[in-house]
Order: sequence, then C-alpha cells, then structure tokens
Amino acid sequence: MSRAETVVGAAEVRVSRGPSPLWTLGLLRNEIGMTFRRRRTLVLLAVLALVPVLVGIAIRVQTEDGGARGGPAFISLVTNNGLFLVFTSLAATLPVFLPMALGVVAGDAIAGEAGAGTLRYLLVAPAGRTRLLLVKYASTLVFCLVATLVVATSALAVGALLFGLGEVTLLSGTTVPLAEGLLRALAVAGVVALSLIGVAALGLFVSTLTGSGIAAMAMTVGVVITLQILNTIPQLHAVQPYLFPHYWLSFADLLRDPVYWDDIRRNLGLQAVYALVFGSAAWARFTTRDITA
Amino acid sequence: MPRNEASRVTGEWDDGGKRTGRRKVIRYGVPVAVAGVAAATIGLVPAFAGAGDPDLPEISAQDLIAKVAASDVQQLSGTVRTSTDLGLPELPGGMGAGALGSGQGKGGASADPKDKLMELASGTHTLRVAADGPDRQRVSVIDKAAEYSLVRDGAKVWGYDSGSNTAFRATGPESDAPKKGDQRRAMPKGLGDVTPQELAEHVLDAAGDTTSVTVDGTAKIAGRDAYQLLVKPKQAGSTVGSVRIAVDADNGVPLRFTLTPKSGGAPAVEAGFTSVDFAKPAASTFAFDPPKGAKIVDGDRVRTQRHDDAAGDLPKGLPGGLPQGLHEARAGDGGGLDVIGHGWTAIAKIEGEGEGEGKAGEGKEAAAGQKAGVPTGDAAKFLDSMGEKVTGSFGSGHVFSTRLVNALMTDDGTVYVGAVDRQSLIKAANAAK
Repeated sequence: MSRAETVVGAAEVRVSRGPSPLWTLGLLRNEIGMTFRRRRTLVLLAVLALVPVLVGIAIRVQTEDGGARGGPAFISLVTNNGLFLVFTSLAATLPVFLPMALGVVAGDAIAGEAGAGTLRYLLVAPAGRTRLLLVKYASTLVFCLVATLVVATSALAVGALLFGLGEVTLLSGTTVPLAEGLLRALAVAGVVALSLIGVAALGLFVSTLTGSGIAAMAMTVGVVITLQILNTIPQLHAVQPYLFPHYWLSFADLLRDPVYWDDIRRNLGLQAVYALVFGSAAWARFTTRDITA
Repeated sequence: MPRNEASRVTGEWDDGGKRTGRRKVIRYGVPVAVAGVAAATIGLVPAFAGAGDPDLPEISAQDLIAKVAASDVQQLSGTVRTSTDLGLPELPGGMGAGALGSGQGKGGASADPKDKLMELASGTHTLRVAADGPDRQRVSVIDKAAEYSLVRDGAKVWGYDSGSNTAFRATGPESDAPKKGDQRRAMPKGLGDVTPQELAEHVLDAAGDTTSVTVDGTAKIAGRDAYQLLVKPKQAGSTVGSVRIAVDADNGVPLRFTLTPKSGGAPAVEAGFTSVDFAKPAASTFAFDPPKGAKIVDGDRVRTQRHDDAAGDLPKGLPGGLPQGLHEARAGDGGGLDVIGHGWTAIAKIEGEGEGEGKAGEGKEAAAGQKAGVPTGDAAKFLDSMGEKVTGSFGSGHVFSTRLVNALMTDDGTVYVGAVDRQSLIKAANAAK
C-alpha cells in the first residue's frame, strides 16, 4: 500500500522544518501514481476511449446511405475528415462522461481516504492539510487532462482509420493544412480539460463534506447533471450564464477563422471562479474539521 | 502552517473550542468572499461601463445626422450582437423560422442565405462582420458549434453552412449601385448630390410632422464614444415607442440600433457592435474557396444582395427604414397591396389572394354560396385560438398581435398589417369599406 510508503517517506524528511518543494513533488507523484494505478480509474479511461469508437462506427454506418444529420456537433463534417471525430467525441463526452469520470476521481479524493480509514495516517505525514488538499486537487487536474487526451487520441485514431485525415475545413469555410488542424485539436483538448477545473473543485469540496466516497461521487455527478438540465430551461435564461456548464461548448470557437475568443474567455473565467470558490470552501472545511476516520 | 493540524485542533477543542469556532468562521469566510468579489465584479463591471457615459461636446440632431451622412467609413470589422423579440407566438418544433423562410425545407440543411438570415429574425445572435469598400463584405453568424458565413468579393457571393457542410454560390451585382439605391430610397427623393448638411435638413424636414428627432445623451459602445440619436414617432397609434441610434462621435458610423415598442419592456430589436475596428480587414477575410467535400448549391436567382445588405447594415437602419422595410417584406407576400396612411402609422392592406385567403380558404371553398365566405368549423376554431375576434362596421375579423406588428384579417380575406395598435387597424378597415 502506497500510503504506508508516504508515511515512511515523511518520517525520513522530518529533519528539516518545512517540507521542501521536492518533497511536495514526491507527494504529488505518489498521489498521481495512486490515482492511475487504481483499477477503477483505468476502467473509466477505457470507457472514455470507447466512446469515440462507438460514435465513429455509428457515423460510418449511418452515412452509408446519405449524409448524417442532427446529433452531436460537427457530425456532418466527420465523414470528410476524421479529425472532426475528435471534436464530435469531445462534444459528446463533455456533458456527461467526462464530468462523471472526474466526479468519481475527485469525489473519492478525500472521502475515499476517510472511508478507507487512511486519511488520519496521511495527515500524520508533515504535509499539512492545505498541502495535502492542493496535491489532491493537482492530481485531479492531471486526471482531467489525461481523460481528455484519452478521448481525443482515441477519436483521432478511430477517425483516421474510418474516415482518413486531410486538410481541415474550419467552421468558417476556410481550409487549413492538417498540421494546423492537429494543433487546433490539441488546443481544443486543452480548453476542454480546463473546462473541467470547476467540476474538479466542486468534487473535491463535496469530498471533504462526507466520509463516504460513493456519496461524494453521486453528489458531484448529480450537481453536474442538474445544472445542465437547468441550463436548458428557457425560463432560467437570466441565471444560465453563471452555471459552469453554460459555455462548455465554446471550445468549438477555436475552429473558427479567426478564432472567436469571447465565449472561451468567459468559459475559462467562470471555471476559474468556480475553482476558487469551491477550492477555498474545500480548504475551509478540510482544515477545520475533525478527522475521525 | 502547523504541520499536524489534526492534533492541534483536538488540543484547542479541549480548551473549549471557542478559538476553533472563530477560525472556522474566518476560513469559511474565504469562499464566501471569493464568491462575493466575483459576483460584485460581474455585477459592477457592466454598471461601471454604463455609468461612464462619455463627456462629449453638445451637438444638434441636424449636425449628428449630417455626420452620419458624411461618414465615409469603408472599412470595418467587428462583432455585432442582435437580439430580436417581436413577441411572435412560439410555434412548435422550430416551425417558426422554417415557416417564415418560405419552407424550401430540406430538413433545415439549406445554405441559402435567405433561409439562414430569416433565423436572425428571432432570438439572440452573434454576427461577425467585415467590410472593405462597397464590393467586399463578409457576415458570419456564430452558432453553437456551427457557423454560417456569407462572403462577397465583387461579383462572387458565397454562403457556407458548416452545420450541413453546404456551400451556396451566387453571382452578385458588379457594382454597388443597388446598395446606394437602397439607402437613397430611405430618404426623400431628389437628393442627388447634396451636402451632408443639406441632407440632414431634408431628413429633419421630412420627419417633421410625423417624427421627433433629438440627440439624447451619449453612450460608450464597443469602447467608442457615441452620441445617441433618439427618434420618436409623433403619431398616436404607432406601436413603436422609440428608436435609438448610437452614432460614433468620431466618424459618424452608427454603432447600435435599438427599437423599443410602446408597450415597454425589452427592446423589440436591438443590434449593436460589441467590438469594432475601423482598420482595413485582411484581404484573406474575403477570399473563399468552397471546401473539399462540401455540397455546392447554385442559387443565382436568389436575392442574395438584399439580404447581405440587410444583415450587414442592420445597425445602420435609418429612421424611416424600418416601417418601410416591414412593408417591403409584406409586399413580397403577393396579392393586391395598398398602403393606407403614411409615416409610422402606415398600414398595408393586402387583398384577394393574400396569405389570409390561404388560411381562410378552406372555409370559403366550403361555403361557396355564402358571400362573406366566413370560415367555418375547424378553420374558424383555429383562427379563434390564434387571434382575437373583433367586429366593426367593416364586418368581423381576427386581430393577430405581436409586440410590434398587428394584423387584422377580416373574414372576407383582406389583411391589414402595420406597426400600429388594433384601434388604428379597425379604423383603417372601417374607412376602407
């Protein structure tokens, strides 16, 4: 169990007063390793990788008799260029699959430790609760990025296989070389990953509230889904710009020529606010509560 | 930061927990403060932007109109936000735009500019516009994860709809003649090459009895100082409350157009720049090659130009432009068209084979013997559910209301439409009998 390693490591470093940055890095590496060694995480990533495969096959089958219409964004462009499968898949996974996977990881971060009874041992290490929380958040963010890249990479592979790659037609009708298209795809993946930092902080906060990992996951996912439903009710039009899923699809603006930054900026700003609010709430809760488990 | 807070907390707890409580409050204050600051920033930034109405030297309405007329800005690019709330009844299943777009419907996957630009007639949209001289323009409608672009470079006009990956090709007019003509038509005739000052005088003279034109304060729009021209109908019976046009103080370009109905509430039509740049747009902006794999539709006979103008010049609407535009739109519906009255309260009378006939037709066929052709049965019920039944010396009919435009459809199939209240419609119908 790697928890034990942490404790041992901590005992060794205790000589100096403040833990060195290197030590924090070690803690982070340890935490990331823990996250990605879990079988649950691997299954989540595998499911995420499967989504583009399903979407790709569905489009392939459907377009054999005429063009694709309706469905997720960009779907009519996929048949011309497999690269668009990346965008379609991200658009398809961003509303549910990605936040759900993230909810599992983030919700488990503190509550899982508490539930397993390992949290108090973790706190014996001279990390300090703030540092531990930051490390947990950082590893959750790493998961965001990895999960997004898994979807994107899988989609790129499936897209290249089923539809081929080539020059990319942007939404504005401009054609750019494949290299630039790939660069834009990478930027899109980056924006999608950043779109999730609000949910990650929310999950972490929920995770500090309860001792049950399952409850934390369920609540995080529940909040995400509820907000998305609220985001579609026209009568709530006035509050919608403040809900964190509101600008999620703005990553598509990276595919315009020239890029339309307004909504992307709003999206990232909103995510930063959510991350700060829920991050500091998690910190307030975690540093003041009694750890009994 | 204490290394092992867990034990410390327990220690303090033993002391009585008072300090822990205080610390808790302080710590929980952080997220609350962050949320508060964020909310305040979001709430106050627009307020500050609004409060900072620029101090500009006084200007008379005449000088301001002259400024607009003298404006020779040929190059600009920017983002325009339009929001239209005409209060049209919601039709199920996106019928709204489709039905208006004269239903060429191939499942809504048309790249025809006409269909696309009809969609702008309701809701909120973001457009990117660019213009370089009279011959090169570009308008892009920014949709969620899709975009519709209309590019004109001289005689070539291209439309591209990314949602259906369809390109639309048309040949535009060689020169700018029709565009100039459009603008002139909105002004009184016989104004060949007058100076902007004279032109402004003429506009005000013509507006005189029906319209009041004043300068009403200043505003900051898209980061530019602007004067606000306030245009108000003087005629009672108009549903238009006021039209406000913000004009760039520097170069006379209209930056925002707001039309508020008399009934109050949100503007019925608002179109304005959210960002604007008067530098020459890059030449590549107006270059368009149909993407590989896109379906290409040829649509030379379509009145692309008119719609191009309509979208590109939306904020530039001149005082008389709107009612006139409405009539033009209605005129397209065919039938015998008559315009009753003038200015803001002009009412279009559409007789015979107008659109009313189509709807009431069912009843008319059935009751061929009946002179009035009163719709019966289901048709009548349908009409009753859509409009309000009214009677007058003209007979009886139904009034269909929106926030801006009211229409009276008499039972014999004549339609009266105008941006006027229902009393004026009934009066017009009575007078016409």
